[in-house]
Amino acid sequence: MTQQSKHAIGPFAAAVIFSALSASAAVADSAGATFSDGDNFSEKTGQELYANVCQACHMDQGQGAVGAGKYPALAKNVNLEAGGYPVYVILHGLKGMPPVGSMMSDDQVAAVVNYVRTNFGNDYKDAVTAEDVAGSR
Amino acid sequence: MQPSQYFSGMSRRNLLSLIGLTAGTAAMYQAMTSLGLAVESGYKGPVKLEGDPKGASVLILGAGLAGMTAALELRQAGYKVKILEYNNRSGGRNWTLRGGDTYTELGGATQKCEFDEGLYINPGPWRIPYHHNGLLAYCRRLGVTLEPFQQINHNAFLHSSKAFGGKPQRVRDIKIDFQGHVSELLAKVAHTGKLEGGVTKQDQEMLVEALRSWGALDKDYAYTKSVANSEFRGFAKDPGGGLGAAPVPSDPIALTDILSSGLWGSLANFALYEFQTTMFQPVGGVDMIGKAFTKEVGDLITYNAKVSKIHQDDKGVTVTYEDVQKPGTMAEEKADWCICTIPLTILSQIEINVGAPMQAAIEAVPYASSVKVGLQFKRRFWEQDELIFGGVSYTDLPITQISYPSTSFNTNGKGVLLGAYTWNGPHSYEFTSMAPEERVKRAVEYGSQIHPQYKDEFENGISMAWHRSPFTLGCAGDWTEEARKEHYDNLCQIDGRIVLAGEHASYIPAWMEGAILSSLDAITRLHQRVVAG
Repeated sequence: MTQQSKHAIGPFAAAVIFSALSASAAVADSAGATFSDGDNFSEKTGQELYANVCQACHMDQGQGAVGAGKYPALAKNVNLEAGGYPVYVILHGLKGMPPVGSMMSDDQVAAVVNYVRTNFGNDYKDAVTAEDVAGSR
Repeated sequence: MQPSQYFSGMSRRNLLSLIGLTAGTAAMYQAMTSLGLAVESGYKGPVKLEGDPKGASVLILGAGLAGMTAALELRQAGYKVKILEYNNRSGGRNWTLRGGDTYTELGGATQKCEFDEGLYINPGPWRIPYHHNGLLAYCRRLGVTLEPFQQINHNAFLHSSKAFGGKPQRVRDIKIDFQGHVSELLAKVAHTGKLEGGVTKQDQEMLVEALRSWGALDKDYAYTKSVANSEFRGFAKDPGGGLGAAPVPSDPIALTDILSSGLWGSLANFALYEFQTTMFQPVGGVDMIGKAFTKEVGDLITYNAKVSKIHQDDKGVTVTYEDVQKPGTMAEEKADWCICTIPLTILSQIEINVGAPMQAAIEAVPYASSVKVGLQFKRRFWEQDELIFGGVSYTDLPITQISYPSTSFNTNGKGVLLGAYTWNGPHSYEFTSMAPEERVKRAVEYGSQIHPQYKDEFENGISMAWHRSPFTLGCAGDWTEEARKEHYDNLCQIDGRIVLAGEHASYIPAWMEGAILSSLDAITRLHQRVVAG
């Protein structure tokens, strides 16, 4: 089945099953946006992952957003000082935030964490590694 | 939720008569329910709140279906009721977008819906299973007119960009050919007597006959091209009248092609209990339900109220909120009891003094990602060119599905398609990350691979990405079985003077029925506590 089977009943059931043999490659469409192929994210670099996953909520400059509740800004965020924290949150989710790292490899999680920790006014130079991510799953 | 369906050696009917004989009809009914034959709804009929609440007051947070159900019933039972609502409208996710409506998502992008009069999209819930008895009862009681919602349409498409050269296949062809080929294989095995596991010789003979009938097999139990076979899968040329009207049979698709295409993966969408016939939708838009509730309880609602703090003590509950039209202007509302239907994404950020178990539960539920795109076209080409009247086409493209309107069939004029509907998975996040107009553009580009008419007929569109929704920060509670085991009961328990309700406090999250059943259960328990003193 698809990703839905991990969860309890939802309003949306099985989608077309992707060929198990198809390569997992991001397909850039005519305007440059990427769409993944399959049930996991295909984007490779931290920048691509941020722009197609995290940006959904944390916005294009990491500024976050405020409505009835808020998405915290990742820009100039002191909680990013310890690299293990964003790794943990991406892998396991936090409150309403889904565990999007379950659809990423260890390399992808490390890439996007390192991207966020060195952009948007953050300057944490101690990079996290795929091994750090594996240990936190 | 899957009914048990496998019995070897004894038919289900035989088992039931045995239970009936030995244990009486109550046991029989209970057994039938557990076997999936009779349905025991979570809805127990109109809620009966007997006993005098002695002027007790209840503050309800959120004017969605859960909040308004509670308000309607509690006021009738004698409570003093007030509702605080963040939006400047009631209904919550029970919502319809029509021409002239505007919507501003998180991040600040504002879309104006440009649909023609009478056309709409339901960005949230949109269809009602026939067994969602609570919701159906309120629709009946409040005068909401329903019409059939087409879920299965044999003439809609199943599409894979990687199979059949990217050419969409009719649901009918995949479904019936798959059934036929499987029947042929099974019939061959049964014929040779190689079936194992509690199938008697008599059963085998019956099975072979059943497969011939069910799978459209020929006299030799083969699934082959013929007029008889085309009575199921449709003809290359339909039977007509007058000269040259003889039907021409069609060619079945080979089993290996169906298997490698993966299109069989979509057939479950036409089999699941939640999607079985008959499904319904309110005539004119799903928000007719919220509007009907609002007619009853609208006078109780304070709009534009952003809750920032919920405090309870032994005397009552105090809720602090901000008037979002006058930022910085705070106000308080007090009541004896509080029913909080605020989505957990938001409630988990609000200061609330409940016990540790409920607080942990509030923080334990991530919210699903979902995106819908509505597209207006100059004409209903899916009906006129392709004979697709309602139903859903499924695809491996990022849009995931296209749903055709289940109303105004076979009319001239324009129509609105649901041009994308994602639920979790990478594509949902990728769509959400885009600007609203980009989502519409992509939906048109991808959809035109299934319907080439898109390019000429498209007029305008609007998109809803639920993680950008200011009033929910997500689509719906996305429980895992593990989280449910640990936290669900703690989420639903009354904590002092506070009880939670909403789709997230149900076993059918994202369905309107979940919101209503959760609300009825919460107010029933709360009322028992109030009248017990």
